[in-house]
Amino acid sequence: MPADPTPTGATASGATGPAGRTPARVALRDVPWEVGVAKPDPAIVVDGVTRTFGGLTAVSVDHLEIQRGGITGLIGPNGAGKTTLFNLLTGFDQPDGGSWSFDGRPLGKLAPHQVARLGVVRTFQLTKALSRLTVLQNMLLGAQGQKGESFLSALVPGIWRGQEKANTEKAMELLRRFKLDAKKDEFAGTLSGGQRKLLEMARALMSDPKVVMLDEPMAGVNPALTQSLLGHVKDLREEGMTVIFVEHDMDVVRDISDWVVVMAAGKVIAEGPPESISQNQAVVDAYLGAHHDAPLTVEEEDRVLAEAESEIAREEQRDTGRSDDSSEGTLR
Amino acid sequence: MGEFIDALAIAVKAGIGFQAVFLALLALGINMQFGYAGLLNFGQIAFALVGAYGIAVSVSQWGLNFWAGVAIGLAAAVALALLLGLPTLRLRADYLAIATIATAEGLRLLFRSVSATPVTNGSRGISGFNSGFVELAPWDTGRRYDILGVRWSGADLWVAAVGWTLVALGCLLVWALVRSPWGRVVKSIREDEDAVRALGKNVYVYKMQALVLGGVFGALGGMIYAVGTGSATPDQYQNANTFLAYAALILGGAARVLGPVVGAMLLYFIIQFADSGLRSLIETGVIPEGLLTTTDVAQIRFVLIGLGLILLLVFRPQGIFGDRREVMLDAR
Repeated sequence: MPADPTPTGATASGATGPAGRTPARVALRDVPWEVGVAKPDPAIVVDGVTRTFGGLTAVSVDHLEIQRGGITGLIGPNGAGKTTLFNLLTGFDQPDGGSWSFDGRPLGKLAPHQVARLGVVRTFQLTKALSRLTVLQNMLLGAQGQKGESFLSALVPGIWRGQEKANTEKAMELLRRFKLDAKKDEFAGTLSGGQRKLLEMARALMSDPKVVMLDEPMAGVNPALTQSLLGHVKDLREEGMTVIFVEHDMDVVRDISDWVVVMAAGKVIAEGPPESISQNQAVVDAYLGAHHDAPLTVEEEDRVLAEAESEIAREEQRDTGRSDDSSEGTLR
Repeated sequence: MGEFIDALAIAVKAGIGFQAVFLALLALGINMQFGYAGLLNFGQIAFALVGAYGIAVSVSQWGLNFWAGVAIGLAAAVALALLLGLPTLRLRADYLAIATIATAEGLRLLFRSVSATPVTNGSRGISGFNSGFVELAPWDTGRRYDILGVRWSGADLWVAAVGWTLVALGCLLVWALVRSPWGRVVKSIREDEDAVRALGKNVYVYKMQALVLGGVFGALGGMIYAVGTGSATPDQYQNANTFLAYAALILGGAARVLGPVVGAMLLYFIIQFADSGLRSLIETGVIPEGLLTTTDVAQIRFVLIGLGLILLLVFRPQGIFGDRREVMLDAR
């Protein structure tokens, strides 16, 4: 498949496909498909954020804006820095430099719980259900501003009873929506993997977030449940939330995202509506390796063949050596 | 047969004496820290030590009022908890375990060291500080009283009565806390800290509160033990007591309000009954002299207790009050 490089300055208004169905799609229609492009109404703005682990640069993002009220898919090969970027944005990790803001408020130097209180909640790649709490207790934990969570007022039930009741009602409503209401008194540890994903998402919604960041919400979930999870993610957008999610399944990404950001080796290498991504040369290179489809010349073919043959010869020599060793070993 | 009933009565007395109160308060604190918040405090005895010496040093060395000594002991326990928690609670759970176990041993050695002798009176310890407390008894503490076939000194009875009142109040406090939203956050931290952070709770503060509260229970235990024995020597506060308290907690059932209390009573009863019961069996000739002599009893009783604990973990890992489903959740 000889992919044409995406022409710089292309926009979705010129492309075919299911564009223009959602408000975010409409807003992003005239945004050029360029890395670091400005969005009409950004909720999150990332500027020059870098994170290195020793000699490895895990994340190095020059400029990235996330459109408010849309679903932004974050994709990239393994080790591209997607989860590290998530960790940086939510305060779970501190960058070496750079700044990022939510609604114009800088988020640098904030602890995870402070970021969450601003309305940016996340889920985790490895689901974190609180096993030895019931499903309902898991949900109630998500509610914000609980008076009974401070040490002294916890001792006076009168202070928090009313709030607890309201939170329980809200939790039950969400559980019904996610079809977990029948399990409310079960330990969360007894739920299946997919149900845990649902619970984690529902729990995040208890905090009335403005931005929901989902780290591989569909991983390890059976296909039937994937459809319902997708529906729930779309519902978040209907309710005006901004959704950022990491996903490997391209069908899922194409189905629900309004905008896709592609990362590789810590950098954002492409941005654009989902239909633009599969044609992007940089993305294809990142996933499959550069020059994967360039035809070989005769000289190159000979060279590759010679290399392969010498490799095989070496391999055989080593194998015979090793089998000698092993026979000695058994004799002893 | 009469000897055997006497042995039983002695064991019952041990199960409700001030030594059992000591163990119950240590276990109550560990239950808060380990059972609910998941903090591994392996140096609970250090809190008992500072509590006991708070009274002993204040009253005997500095000539202060008994209640001033209690206040100083409690303040020292809070300070110790803060000192231990500040550097370690941001780290993984193991670091608190290492810090507490080292502190417990270090403090004991410090208190019995030559350089500390002017304050702590070295390994000989301090005595004669409990008269201000014993005087408060509503009955004649000089007399002896017969209760359930065993003789109690009036002073012992008074210390035990005050001790069990403290245990009851402590249980009430723990019960009120763990059923509140505060308790829900603390239990969630035990399950997964990061999930709790992502939901906007300041995990560090909750862990610190649990550590301080558990430390205060430990200090109260140390105080009861000190006024019960009428003296404070560093070697009474060996760290083996911490692990005995863990054994009591697991026997009763961790993360249950009454678990540590019933566990402590039962454990003390078993320790004493293994001793007095075996002795009476040897003396009456049921166990032949050639098999076991009374001098062996002190060692053999701990072998029996260890065997009992192993059987408990195999057949009833949740302890007396625990929920088996809950304990087995992570054991898949």
